[in-house]
Amino acid sequence: MARHGEDPGMVKAPKVKQQRKKKSKENKTRTVHANLLYDHAKGEENPNRHYANNKIKTTKYTVLSFLPKNLFEQFHRFANVYFVFIALLNFVPVVNAFQPELALAPVVFILSVTAIKDLWEDYRRHRSDKEINHMDCLVFSRAERRYVEKYWKELRVGDFIRLRCNEILPADVLLLSSSDPDRLCHIETATLDGETNLKQRQVVRSFFDLDCDFDPLKYNSVIECEKPNNDLNRFRGYIMHRSGRRDALYKENLLLRGCTIRNTEEAVGIVIYAGHETKAMLNNNGPRYKRSKLERQMNVDVFWCVIILLVMCLFTAVGHGLWMFQYGDKRPVFDVLSPEGTDLSPIMSAIYLFLTMIIVFQVLIPISLFVSIEIVKICQVFFIHQDMELYDEETDSHLQCRALNITEDLGQMQYIFSDKTGTLTENKMVFRRCTVAGVEYSHDANARRLAMYQEMDSEEEECTSHGGTLPRRDSVTSHQSARVVLRSQSTKSHRRTGSRAEAKRASILSKHTAFSSPMEKDITPDPQLLDKVNECSSQMDFMRFHSQPMSQLPSDLADIIDFFIALTICNTVVVSSPNQPRQKVRMRFELKSPVKTIEDFIKRFTPSRLTSGSNNSSSSSLITNRSSNKGCSSVLSSPSAESTLTKLDEEKHHGGLEHAFSPIPPCYDGKGWNLEEGELRYEAESPDEAALVYAARAYKCSLVGRLPDQVTVELPHLGKLSFELLHTLGFDSTRKRMSVVVRHPLTDQITVYTKGADSAIMDLIRPPDTGKRQKKIVSRTQNYLNLYAADGLRTLCIAKKIMSKEQYACWLQRHLEAETAIQGREELLFQSALRLETNLQLLGATGIEDRLQDGVPETIASLRQAGLQIWVLTGDKQETAVNIAYACKLLDPEEEILTLNADSQEACALLLEESLHYIQAKFLCSSTDQAAKNFQNNFAPFDIYPSSSPLGLVIDGRTLAYALDKSLEDKFLAIAQSCRSVLCCRSTPLQKSMVVKLVRNKLKVMTLAIGDGANDVSMIQVADVGVGISGQEGMQAVMASDFALPRFRYLQKLLLVHGHWCYSRLANMILYFFYKNAMFVALIFWYQFYCGFSGSAMIDQWYLIFFNLMFSAFPQLITGTLDKDVSAETLQQLPQLYVNGQNSEEYKPYMFWMNMIDAFYQSLICFFIPYFAYADSDVDLFTWGTPITTLALFTILVHLGIETKTWTWMNWLSISFSISLFFTVALCYNASCPTCYSPSNPYWTMQRLLQDPLFYLLCLITPVAALLPRYFYRACQGTLFPSPIQVGRQLDKLPAETRRNILSLSRVEVGSALSPKTHFLSLSTPSSTGCNKKDQRSFPGSNTSQGPVLQTDNQARRRGPADSERDLYTFVPSEIDTLPYTKDAPKLSEEPQPPSTRDSERLDKTLEASDLSLSGWITSTPLLSQTDCIHLNLPPDGDTPCVRYTRDSEEKLKSEQIIQKAQKTEQDTEQSLHVTT
Amino acid sequence: MATSYNAKDEDGHITVSGPGGGTLRSRKPENTAFKQQRLPAWQPILTAGTVLPAFFIIGLIFIPIGIGLYVTSNNIREFEVDYTGVDVSSPCFNCSQNYSWNSSRPCTCTIPFYLEQPYEGNVYMYYGLSNFYQNHRRYVKSRDDSQLHGDMDSLLTPSKECEPYAFHDKKPIAPCGAIANSMFNDTLELFYNDPNGTKVLVPLANTGIAWFTDKYVKFKNPGGDGANLTAVFQGTSKPVNWLKPVYELDKNSSNNGFINEDFIVWMRTAALPTFRKLYRTIKDAKVIPTLPSGNYTLEVVYNYPVRSFEGRKRMILSTISWMGGKNPFLGIAYVTVGSVCFFLGVVLLVIHHKCGNRNNSADISN
Repeated sequence: MARHGEDPGMVKAPKVKQQRKKKSKENKTRTVHANLLYDHAKGEENPNRHYANNKIKTTKYTVLSFLPKNLFEQFHRFANVYFVFIALLNFVPVVNAFQPELALAPVVFILSVTAIKDLWEDYRRHRSDKEINHMDCLVFSRAERRYVEKYWKELRVGDFIRLRCNEILPADVLLLSSSDPDRLCHIETATLDGETNLKQRQVVRSFFDLDCDFDPLKYNSVIECEKPNNDLNRFRGYIMHRSGRRDALYKENLLLRGCTIRNTEEAVGIVIYAGHETKAMLNNNGPRYKRSKLERQMNVDVFWCVIILLVMCLFTAVGHGLWMFQYGDKRPVFDVLSPEGTDLSPIMSAIYLFLTMIIVFQVLIPISLFVSIEIVKICQVFFIHQDMELYDEETDSHLQCRALNITEDLGQMQYIFSDKTGTLTENKMVFRRCTVAGVEYSHDANARRLAMYQEMDSEEEECTSHGGTLPRRDSVTSHQSARVVLRSQSTKSHRRTGSRAEAKRASILSKHTAFSSPMEKDITPDPQLLDKVNECSSQMDFMRFHSQPMSQLPSDLADIIDFFIALTICNTVVVSSPNQPRQKVRMRFELKSPVKTIEDFIKRFTPSRLTSGSNNSSSSSLITNRSSNKGCSSVLSSPSAESTLTKLDEEKHHGGLEHAFSPIPPCYDGKGWNLEEGELRYEAESPDEAALVYAARAYKCSLVGRLPDQVTVELPHLGKLSFELLHTLGFDSTRKRMSVVVRHPLTDQITVYTKGADSAIMDLIRPPDTGKRQKKIVSRTQNYLNLYAADGLRTLCIAKKIMSKEQYACWLQRHLEAETAIQGREELLFQSALRLETNLQLLGATGIEDRLQDGVPETIASLRQAGLQIWVLTGDKQETAVNIAYACKLLDPEEEILTLNADSQEACALLLEESLHYIQAKFLCSSTDQAAKNFQNNFAPFDIYPSSSPLGLVIDGRTLAYALDKSLEDKFLAIAQSCRSVLCCRSTPLQKSMVVKLVRNKLKVMTLAIGDGANDVSMIQVADVGVGISGQEGMQAVMASDFALPRFRYLQKLLLVHGHWCYSRLANMILYFFYKNAMFVALIFWYQFYCGFSGSAMIDQWYLIFFNLMFSAFPQLITGTLDKDVSAETLQQLPQLYVNGQNSEEYKPYMFWMNMIDAFYQSLICFFIPYFAYADSDVDLFTWGTPITTLALFTILVHLGIETKTWTWMNWLSISFSISLFFTVALCYNASCPTCYSPSNPYWTMQRLLQDPLFYLLCLITPVAALLPRYFYRACQGTLFPSPIQVGRQLDKLPAETRRNILSLSRVEVGSALSPKTHFLSLSTPSSTGCNKKDQRSFPGSNTSQGPVLQTDNQARRRGPADSERDLYTFVPSEIDTLPYTKDAPKLSEEPQPPSTRDSERLDKTLEASDLSLSGWITSTPLLSQTDCIHLNLPPDGDTPCVRYTRDSEEKLKSEQIIQKAQKTEQDTEQSLHVTT
Repeated sequence: MATSYNAKDEDGHITVSGPGGGTLRSRKPENTAFKQQRLPAWQPILTAGTVLPAFFIIGLIFIPIGIGLYVTSNNIREFEVDYTGVDVSSPCFNCSQNYSWNSSRPCTCTIPFYLEQPYEGNVYMYYGLSNFYQNHRRYVKSRDDSQLHGDMDSLLTPSKECEPYAFHDKKPIAPCGAIANSMFNDTLELFYNDPNGTKVLVPLANTGIAWFTDKYVKFKNPGGDGANLTAVFQGTSKPVNWLKPVYELDKNSSNNGFINEDFIVWMRTAALPTFRKLYRTIKDAKVIPTLPSGNYTLEVVYNYPVRSFEGRKRMILSTISWMGGKNPFLGIAYVTVGSVCFFLGVVLLVIHHKCGNRNNSADISN
């Protein structure tokens, strides 16, 4: 069983030193002996000695290694190496430019700043390590023959440890014993994989039957297992006993470090992997480093700077060579010989000079840029962190920035990929209404209650969470003290360990229990239905006592009671009671295993002491296992099935009622605890199930216990009924339903209850010819179902079926065969389930509301206005997804929905083709002139579509899989791009990430993925920015994300405000940096013309080196951190402003060059004004250079001032600080030492300058002259072609009231004012609208009357051309060539008349081409009665694709003519596509 | 994929958690103007309308300043005479043929010139050099400041920076370095030709021409003030190009050795290849004006060879004003920038009237 193979995970694993060391000694498996056997043999002989101990060390450095290691790491950054190289170059006498020591200063400064930051981070890690290492656990000690407390770090492989409930596992442990009677141990892996459900672990098979307690002293087996690896879902090995018997070990036997023991009193295990070799640690990848788009762009420009630098150096070097050459042999006195007195040839000195110039001009490569950016980003993160509006009071959590270096990417997003459940919705399922036997119960009171919750939501939940977390801890501790006799140490240890980790866990768990917030639990029953239930059960009660057969019950009442029984038992919900973490509520009355001992009995009945409400009960411990574990349930269910078969006959003779109605001990007051079923907690596989169970409970039909073979239900009047559970056919996505087979205790019939999606159930309903009533029920129910779906509710149908014993036996026979089959078992089981679930009798349907999170529709609307494409990728089924999409305004009733469902590759290809054609046609007729324009400009026509009429694309997982194929992905993208919204349902995590990757790579856009669950992790990791919702589903998404938000709606502010700010701040700062350095260096460059290109600098080397680092550093940092171009309110009210970042408008490549040119101009001014002012005077080198430095400083600061949009006191302070710092330093420096600073020797220079009026005159005129063009340009820009941002700023200045009015009144106008391109793209020319009636509706006659929808259109239009060039260039031209419509486009444009007829002909032709057969097609979604709906659906056969355009309102059947294959066109198109794609 | 809980702990801390990130306290951010980025701020918006005043104000300020500066500069009297002797007709042509630095035979030439206007107040006499790259990188470095500061150790072992002008015949050079070595060594004398035919020597003061701080702080003779310079400089060698050692530069002991002002002035390296250096001052004596208009003669002891590098030598007589020597540039610059600003202001005014109003109102009032 043991696997002998090198695990790929191992390759990555060895972060750890020890591991490397022992590599040679270890073969491919790990052998673990018990340490106890080797206790005497100290160390040397212990076979486990080579394994890593449990001490963890995540720090990078030690005291000694810090310096070398940190330096080594820093030198990985190219810039650092470059600067060090330059500093070292300075030590070469021939080329040196500055005092070598001085030249080192900036590099050392930069390196030490980074080093200090690293040191600080490492220290935090060290502290956290220390805390973890010093947590306690119980380890068996041979000397003391009992478990003693030890620190985690003292734990070693081979130690036996005892674990108690709620303890965190210190290492990977093989489970050897558990207090659980089933030899199970439950662990919660939320910290590991984010899944909050409990996982079952089993005791190793060999120790399974151990009745007495496990005694470590008797253990003498040897464990052989895999080497440490990071695969959480695999563990293989075997345990070898002294007897030579081998038992296999599975992952079910392994408890992983970091998990928490739940619901299990005690467990004992042996440590297999410790410390860094645990799976958890091997999975522990540090924080991620991403490079933002802006930084990538910046790096290109840094590269350009290098080129500019080299060109300048080369120029100077050549100049110097020529300069020397002109003197020939007659060497002038000022051309000093080399120190040896030898003459240098012009060429040699040119080469030396080249190197010197690199040193002198080094400032051009902004050394402090990288550090400054890091500082600014940290400040930005700080501010994002501090934003009150991103703080969620309910969970006391705020936004977390986990990636520190991509804040500005937030401002450049173009595509958002969102998960649905838990992200858009709260993942809180609330029962809303139901229909039973064709009668609708609207549950008005319930709706009112929910509405009330909506309002009170925040306050309510605040109380819950605040009251919830803290008392819970108390309850845990008090609970522990109750058991203080049992283990006095444990309490203590809990207190010790439990500080931070526990608090954290608690907060996670308190979120988890959101499953059962009062909103979901306290369902107000519909009075009418409640009456019926009461009546019904009292009748049943009556009948039972009078031994009347149950069949006499009126059928509608029977249906009602069946309906609720089905709701209660047709699920996998597990019951537990709060505040009793250890015990599942057990009601075991069955015959097979009677209660063994009185303790067992007591235990099973241990009722719970109940505190007030379960909402503040916690979390920590109440999660019982569910038998959701597929493998597990099948294991468990099969024995019962076998036995059932054998029992079938004999049981006939027994009175079934006896055991079913076993009396319940009213209140077994063993320890004075009461059982109150009302406070039982339900742990469900999915929140829907829980919602249904809670709903049933509201009708007094409550689930009180569930065992593998029995379900207990309490009914009013009837008391507790135990249903013998014969089978559970679990939910799967193909069947879309689940069933339970039970023996009904009242009727003793074998009953199948099925619950599932309406589409799945409705087909299985017994053919309606059986009864008029049933027929009526079906049709009515279907009606209500449609109604529910239109309301955005999740619908489920409930059905039942009664089987005769013979039928059942027959089915069971085959089912057992299927279960035992070796080959194709899955398939056979599936078939078997299908056989069972036929001829159902419809009981009713439920509508559950998956409540949207607060503000989701608004957020989506505004993000969309911001020009973001939002795709929803969900694992949910299509109907639900579409409903939710409507609810959150992702899809609009105005939109046409394009639904793609295909069953094969070919079908998918065809579908895509047709959709493209459709879009083409639609587009063409709607905007012919536009098409022409686009065609001429080689623009992608698709990009205009979203503006012409909104299209929505719905695609399911299977089709998506085909569409993501290499050959089809381009088409898929083209279609997806032309749709306003895209919805991918039933997509797997992998598909989600593939979609993101595809869009990201093909369209070269910035993508953001947001999700909350483990299934979103891959998508989050692939996207440029991953956002995790730190909500209900554990931490995994958060762990993988770059930013973690408490709520979806915070995304709006995060992107629109912080993203925008971060982007524009950083972009401006980077540009400014380039400008600043270029400007400063150019001064020296100009000087080379006047010093014989000798590399001389008039600026004192101190100023030269510290100019960037000190004098001009602070203002730009302040501006880079605090500058706000537009206020947060305006940014949120005018999402259009976000486009600024998407199009990188603050930092376009040409801006770099404009800045460079401006820098050179400014430096010319700063150089030549002093030059002419001092021309032919007796000024000396540095007395002339110092004013230039000063002027440059002033100019640079004023330049920053022009670019600064908001002036706070910080800006004023930083600028005045900079100036005063410069003068202070200069004055001190110039007064300090008359002889020290060779060669400049600036003694008293500044002091003299300050007495010179000329200096002040220069200071006045130079900055003015230098900045005149920029200032003038900015002013003109502000007036003549103001950017949207500027308009936003002007809005800012208005008083709040006026601004609000303007924004609310004239959204459209503002939108269009913001977008000068709108006219260019305006599609709604009256002439073209008439072309095809079909599209008329999508055209707003005039912009003004339209609501927000129109506004988005405007927005989309505006974005259109800019993007299209870039995005679609790759594949669009091919389609333009191939598709006939676009070819005609220019022609059409020439005709002023709307080419309607021709166009629609064409359209029809396409349809002909595609309508290969209309044999079967899909009905449109019922709720879309008003919309155009195109279903392009390929039936499973694959070869009969069909297209249908449904128009419910007017011309319904325009395109419905059945036309045989127009093969020629078809083939033509296909061929050409093949050629071109 | 998954990360252990401790990793999370760390990460939670690595992420910059602002103050208030404690576990038990509410983590609600503080509502301060700073943290919520709501600091009161001035938000200038640059449009034609808003910057208009700035342009006009700049224009209105700059033009008068420029005119003032221009007038001031024009009032300064300046006279310049080139005595390089490039031209054959030039009196110094013969002397300029000599390319040697320290020829023993002094060559003298006399240049007559005529001052049209009388020079009043203090008159400054400069020598000017062109094409002389005193700012060459290696040249600028070639000095030893501590030697010039009077340090005895440096006197005997000059700094490496002075190489190759640090030692001569194994003896340290004082003062060392290329700058000192190439010191200007022409002697200029000015004679006023009285209208009645007599040649009157114009008294030239050779002190007070260097920076005060240079003379009294930076430059010091070794061995202190009263020391015997000849003895102090014993064992050193004069710079190769010099005619006489440093301690014979002047008779006056307070102007001799390193603190010789001609030397100090020379050591302050010029910024640009065409420069002038103060040579003498003509003090505002009892005679008014200081230099009456008329004929003058400049007598030059021609030592300094500049023709090898196409250099020029000039003698400049100038008065100065509060803003220094004669230089009309700043005045012109101010007037120009002022007018440009004014012009742009007008342009902006037009823009503002044509577009600004419409735009703003369209954006906002709608």
